[in-house]
Amino acid sequence: MRRGIAQLVAVGVVIAVLVTAVAVVFQWLPTSASEEFDRIQGVYWFATIISIGIFSLVSSVVVYSVWKWRVPDDDDADGPPIHGHTGLEIVWTAVPAVLVIAIGVVSAVVLARNGEAGNRPLEVQAIGQQFAWKFVYSDYDDVTSGQLVLPVGQETRFTTSSVDVIHSFWVPNFGQKMDAVPGIETTILVTPDRTGEFAVVCAELCGLGHATMRAKARVVTRAEFERWIQEQQA
Amino acid sequence: MTTTADHPTPEAAYPAHYEPPRGPTWRLFFGPGLVRGLWMAALFFVLATLLILGLRWWWSWEPLWLTEVVLAMAGMVAAPVGFLAGIGAFDYWLHYIVGRPTRPEDHSGHGARSWKDYFRVNTDHKVIGIQYLVTTFFFFVVGGLMAMLFRAELAQPGLQFVDSQTFNGLVSVHATLMIFLFIIPAFAGIANFVVPLMLGAPDMAFPRLNALSFWLLPIAGVMFVSSFVVQGGAFGAGWTGYAPLAEGQPLGQTFFNMGVQWAGASSIMTALNFLVTIITMRAPGMTFWRMPLLVWANFTTSLLVVIATPFIAGSQFFVMFDRILHTSFFVPEGGGYVLGYQHIFWFYSHPAVYIMMLPGFGIVSEVISSMSRKPVFGYRLMALSLIGILVLGFSVWAHHMFVAGMADWLRVPMMITTLLIAIPTGIKVFSWVATLWRGRIHLTTPMLFALGFVTMFTIGGLSGIYLGSVPIDIAASDTYFIVAHIHYVLFGGSVFTIFAGIYFWFPKMTGRMYDERLGKWHFWLTFVSFNATFFPMHYVGLRGMPRRVSDYSAAFGDLNFLITIASFVLGASFVIFAYNIVLSWVRGPIAAANPWRAHSLEWQVSSPPPIFNFDEIPQVVGGPYEYGVPGARHAVMKVGAGEPHEVPA
Repeated sequence: MRRGIAQLVAVGVVIAVLVTAVAVVFQWLPTSASEEFDRIQGVYWFATIISIGIFSLVSSVVVYSVWKWRVPDDDDADGPPIHGHTGLEIVWTAVPAVLVIAIGVVSAVVLARNGEAGNRPLEVQAIGQQFAWKFVYSDYDDVTSGQLVLPVGQETRFTTSSVDVIHSFWVPNFGQKMDAVPGIETTILVTPDRTGEFAVVCAELCGLGHATMRAKARVVTRAEFERWIQEQQA
Repeated sequence: MTTTADHPTPEAAYPAHYEPPRGPTWRLFFGPGLVRGLWMAALFFVLATLLILGLRWWWSWEPLWLTEVVLAMAGMVAAPVGFLAGIGAFDYWLHYIVGRPTRPEDHSGHGARSWKDYFRVNTDHKVIGIQYLVTTFFFFVVGGLMAMLFRAELAQPGLQFVDSQTFNGLVSVHATLMIFLFIIPAFAGIANFVVPLMLGAPDMAFPRLNALSFWLLPIAGVMFVSSFVVQGGAFGAGWTGYAPLAEGQPLGQTFFNMGVQWAGASSIMTALNFLVTIITMRAPGMTFWRMPLLVWANFTTSLLVVIATPFIAGSQFFVMFDRILHTSFFVPEGGGYVLGYQHIFWFYSHPAVYIMMLPGFGIVSEVISSMSRKPVFGYRLMALSLIGILVLGFSVWAHHMFVAGMADWLRVPMMITTLLIAIPTGIKVFSWVATLWRGRIHLTTPMLFALGFVTMFTIGGLSGIYLGSVPIDIAASDTYFIVAHIHYVLFGGSVFTIFAGIYFWFPKMTGRMYDERLGKWHFWLTFVSFNATFFPMHYVGLRGMPRRVSDYSAAFGDLNFLITIASFVLGASFVIFAYNIVLSWVRGPIAAANPWRAHSLEWQVSSPPPIFNFDEIPQVVGGPYEYGVPGARHAVMKVGAGEPHEVPA
């Protein structure tokens, strides 16, 4: 029995190492370009560690059992009549409960932090229309642009809306997403922390041109942003 | 138990045998059957069209002819009713209503003597079960071919084979068929065949309703598929059909709005039938705590169906009213509330995920226990966790709407309930693997699919935890990560369990054995190509590829090409299954009554079972999974007038 447990643990460790390798060798997440996404990636890794543990446990018992207790087709004996084990059942009710509540708490904390607007964020309206995005800078005489330009390090509040059907405002590298819904206004906060060019993608099926409803997002230094906005105002 | 009184043997109770009308031509045309079904459908269509035109002319409404109205009312309400009347689904009730002598119920509708009997209204639950399964697998193939078409389009960035509207139509009809015409009714088909047998009942509680609920299904399927032929193409707003996009769609959207009504009605009728059957028709001694877990699973599933399905019916009616009657349920300019659609839709469609999973849980419990030769670990907790999922399942719908712009305060409570569902689900997974522990494991095809299910569903469940967490969901929602997640749950989950169930009960249903070697080939090819198809989708999704796009960033080209190749292999693996099943059905080796040495009641009768299932009502005396318990038995059967013999033999 003790040797069996040791073998099971060995199988489990092998599977865990393999799965961990899959999780870390490939770069599953896009480069984070916002403070919000940095925090989201933290939750992602927290959930990943727990998932690796659970998956390794389940699959190692399956693999081990089949390896150890497989019988030929003509075997007609029965296994031991084990109907259950109250202690075990309590454990596998309680431990997952603790784990999911931990994920829930971490998620709720990050959600709250990502939703906390600081002092005077930059206000940008993201307006969806079949099949293009329009960005209106309310703080700068409603400068309107088809390209999203943001100053790095500046907390920005997007107010999303739509003039026809539902769209979804998404910059994969910002990790934040919000549907643009006709009839209501929705908001989302993004604090870019990396300069560069990123893609604005529509994430909600909005009709024939959905796949091509894209725009460019540029995160630039404060000085470049001021220059750009003045060009637009001129 | 009322079973003996309600279901006497036909010879004893009804000596007069019903004689169908004479005259071959006359009978073919006016007798109940597909021919009468077709001409009555056409007749009802014409009459309803004339009625619509007459009314519009009377009130001088312009224009006189509105295709969508005629299509919806004459085509999708009147014609199907005519079809159902024509095939004879209402004959008994109509005779009763108009005061004509009803045919004495001689059970002549029971059993199938030739393949033609499967194309008639038949009240035998075993025939209906097979009608369900063959129909659903037909639509599985249709939906699968659509998937391969749009995977071909997605092999490279840019548009190659189909235009955007066709692409959206293919994606939408694929999902709709797989959900409403395959997974949900395939489980209903398996349960139709197996549950009455497991209960020791001679049939379902309402055999005529059972027949009717089957025949509603092809109507829905034909509607979904035929939407491709109308102007503007098939409905392209996704299977979720979000308003207001769906309200501005071409004609095809009506087919979705109405098809869902027929599929939903079928689902609700079957669920009511299961509930009444399970509550009232258990054999003597079959207490709730002695029911096999498949019965428990269908009991909880049926409760979900009965409570939740009316909501999707409502959501689709509202969209159709907005389209045709110019109401404004979801039109903001008219005071409508766009998010209302999503709340109503998901109040059904999240529980629908469990409708598509709980019966599979039941199947897997049966397979793992009998193939490991051990009792199901923690039987009572397994049943209670089904109830837990049922109850929690109604409190999580808004996790589909974390980025939809709904009330902020709803997000954290819905996240907590969503994560809590992992607890009963975890109990089930852990109990299955504990059932394996120290068993005597027979690695047959159904067992392979069951174990494939346990591991793949664990992955699907874990990616569900990611999506349950609001911050991760905000990043991953509406991307290919979602596509990966639902296919791990619905393919690696539900479809694997359907395959397990088909292989497991194939000998019982057909009286013949499938080919084990081909079955194993089928499993391994499916398992590998399934993972090669759907696992990389997690990656492209997280990296930034949205779902439901016909074109995408060139950065994802290589992986999508790989996914497409793998999906073609996955499609090809089904050919092995089809070949195996068809060939084995025609000329496979004759199967024993109980090839798996299982204890539940369906295995204690011949394969296929006798026309009324049990020649004598079984007396249940113990649990269904007492493997390895010396002297334990599930039921005692009286064979004819002889001495009672013990089960299992």
